[in-house]
Amino acid sequence: MKKLLAVVLTLSLMLCAFGALAEGEPIHLTLWTFQELHTELYKTMLDKWNAEPGKPALDIDFQVFPYEDMHNKLTIALQSGEGAPDLVDIEINMFANYLKGDIGLAPMNEYVEPIADHLVMSRLNNYAKDGKYYGIDHHIGATVMFYNTSILEAAGVDYTAIKTWDDFHEAGKTVLEKTGKPMIVWESADCWSVYPMVNQHGGDWLTPDGQVRMDEPVVINTLAFMKSMLDDGTAIPCPGGWTHTEEYWGWMNGGNCAAVCMPFWYLDRFTNYMPDLAGQMKIAAMPEWSDGGHKSAQMGGTGTAVVASSANADIAKEFLAYACLSFDGCVTTWKICGFDPILKDVYGSEEMKAPNKFFEYYDQDIFSVLSEVLDDIPDTCISEYFPSATDIVKTQMAYRLVELREDPEQIARDCAEELRSLID
Amino acid sequence: MPNISADKTSLRQKGGSLNRTRFVPYLFVAPFVIFFLLVYLYPLIMTVIMSFQKIDGPNHHEFIGVKNYLKLNTRDFQMALQTSGRYAFWDVIVLTIFPLLVACVLHSGLAKGTSFFKSLFFIPSLTSIIVAGIVFRLAFGTLETATVNRVMTALGLQPVKWLSYAGPGNFVLILLTLWRWNGVNIVYYLSGLQSIPADHYEAAQIDGANAFQKFFHVTLPGIRPVLIYVITITVLGGFSMFTESVALWQQNNAGGVGRTIVGYMYMVGFKKNNLGLASAVGLVLLALVVAVNLIQLFLMGFFRKED
Repeated sequence: MKKLLAVVLTLSLMLCAFGALAEGEPIHLTLWTFQELHTELYKTMLDKWNAEPGKPALDIDFQVFPYEDMHNKLTIALQSGEGAPDLVDIEINMFANYLKGDIGLAPMNEYVEPIADHLVMSRLNNYAKDGKYYGIDHHIGATVMFYNTSILEAAGVDYTAIKTWDDFHEAGKTVLEKTGKPMIVWESADCWSVYPMVNQHGGDWLTPDGQVRMDEPVVINTLAFMKSMLDDGTAIPCPGGWTHTEEYWGWMNGGNCAAVCMPFWYLDRFTNYMPDLAGQMKIAAMPEWSDGGHKSAQMGGTGTAVVASSANADIAKEFLAYACLSFDGCVTTWKICGFDPILKDVYGSEEMKAPNKFFEYYDQDIFSVLSEVLDDIPDTCISEYFPSATDIVKTQMAYRLVELREDPEQIARDCAEELRSLID
Repeated sequence: MPNISADKTSLRQKGGSLNRTRFVPYLFVAPFVIFFLLVYLYPLIMTVIMSFQKIDGPNHHEFIGVKNYLKLNTRDFQMALQTSGRYAFWDVIVLTIFPLLVACVLHSGLAKGTSFFKSLFFIPSLTSIIVAGIVFRLAFGTLETATVNRVMTALGLQPVKWLSYAGPGNFVLILLTLWRWNGVNIVYYLSGLQSIPADHYEAAQIDGANAFQKFFHVTLPGIRPVLIYVITITVLGGFSMFTESVALWQQNNAGGVGRTIVGYMYMVGFKKNNLGLASAVGLVLLALVVAVNLIQLFLMGFFRKED
């Protein structure tokens, strides 16, 4: 018995000694993401954090999963209450799924509210519920035009003179006539053509209280305009179905299309996957609608969130704010990811003007385009049924418009009816 | 005395073996029973319960009656039903007939190098479906410059947007499945063909039967159990197909061309985080597969008493 007691006491003393040693050890956090590019940002910011005196040392385990796998794992972890990471990147289309019932994410209000005037709050509203901000975005995702100036010059079109979508359509006719190439592609398998166009025009899929807006005249008119471009060949269905396929990149890189309308974060798709167009591509604001609407539309995004049940939730929140809301964090976001940061203070600063691969590729003052539209970007309504709405747009609205060329009014009505039937 | 002790020993032995005979069968079936209860029955019961619930997180289970089932009256689900039904139909026809013909040729000894062809047909089933799917997706691309469209153009045919429409999309899906599973079904059929005694064919020969008569009156009845098995698992595989469509269309399913019932269930359960509705989809799929399988087994005389 005495021997046993001695062994137990010795073990306890050893554990205490290790505990004392552990105090100097860094705090261990886990971060899940589906976007490897983001880990570069976090790693850079982690090094800066650890180099700062007074900050508790952090050690973050970055785990990169495929998009679907990561969200599935997170759903199961939050549903079961076990196995979730401390920090997680959640894609905007999936975010509403995690704001149902007992919310498993921690609000970031203590970091957001003091600097709310300096932030593009419409981005953070996408990840908010009942006044609590659960996700921090890395970018505004303002939709812009990417023009292939070689094709436009060959057709004698000046892209800076394109002010409205009607101008754009007319320019498209000239391009098609002179070069035989389409002006733009519309996606048939995803929402990155239909949604920015509708949103910029002043429409959306839902209201904040869950009413369906899919069959409003603004949606029908937008679809009708897109169809008119398809009908005369100035727009064609996107090769591969959407603008994130090898087929599309290869085709676009071959100089086969005059323009594409995508959010600002598409900047790096050109530098990474369409290198032959370096120096030929120029960024410009979206053409405006002659019957109202906005200058741009905010599209896509990732809300990085802290899991509420994390043992180190407080320190995780502090690090997230440091990495994504601070001036330095936002400048680093631009430098590493090529994103348009959500902190307004960085625009116009010297740090943002330093040469990088994006300035080299586009050879223009990218931010002057962005500053033109920053003041007029509408909110998007990311509510509980947004994932259902997006799915209907992807599987039905875009496909029936672009591939089947059906009547826009009928498409809008059917899609709205389908969405209504899914809402309780 | 010695007699008494001998009796006791024999009794003890008898009792021991009696216990063993009682106990051992249970021991042997225990792993299956435990596995069945934990991995099949428990989830099945939970799925039935969940299909009547709205589930918002671990602590929010609310009974909503048959609302989840009513929500299946959507265009999207109907498209998934059509896609799965169309695929299962062609899958059963193609994957039953084609491997049977190949197996008959290989078994007949008419062709040379049968071992080589057996391996050749079987190798695709060892490959990763994701890798095969990516190769098929790129080969059957939408552009005129995609591999298959180049062949079509060279043959004087119009290029096709293979994966954009239901008909051609289903064709590619069936082709991928045939390429992958043909070899496995050939192995099943060969095992069936080898079990038919040679004297049956000799007797048919003596009676003056030609090759077709031999096939329909000797071969087909001879491999009936294998045929029933192959059709049953092909129906099951057809309705539960998921990976092949994901490999070809990834997460996008424009027009529902490649979204099967399981794909729909996955999308509802995980992408929309609606596990209640996904459970209802799962049970509808179960009912569908059981019904189709029962009809098929009944038509094939599976329940008929052997003469």
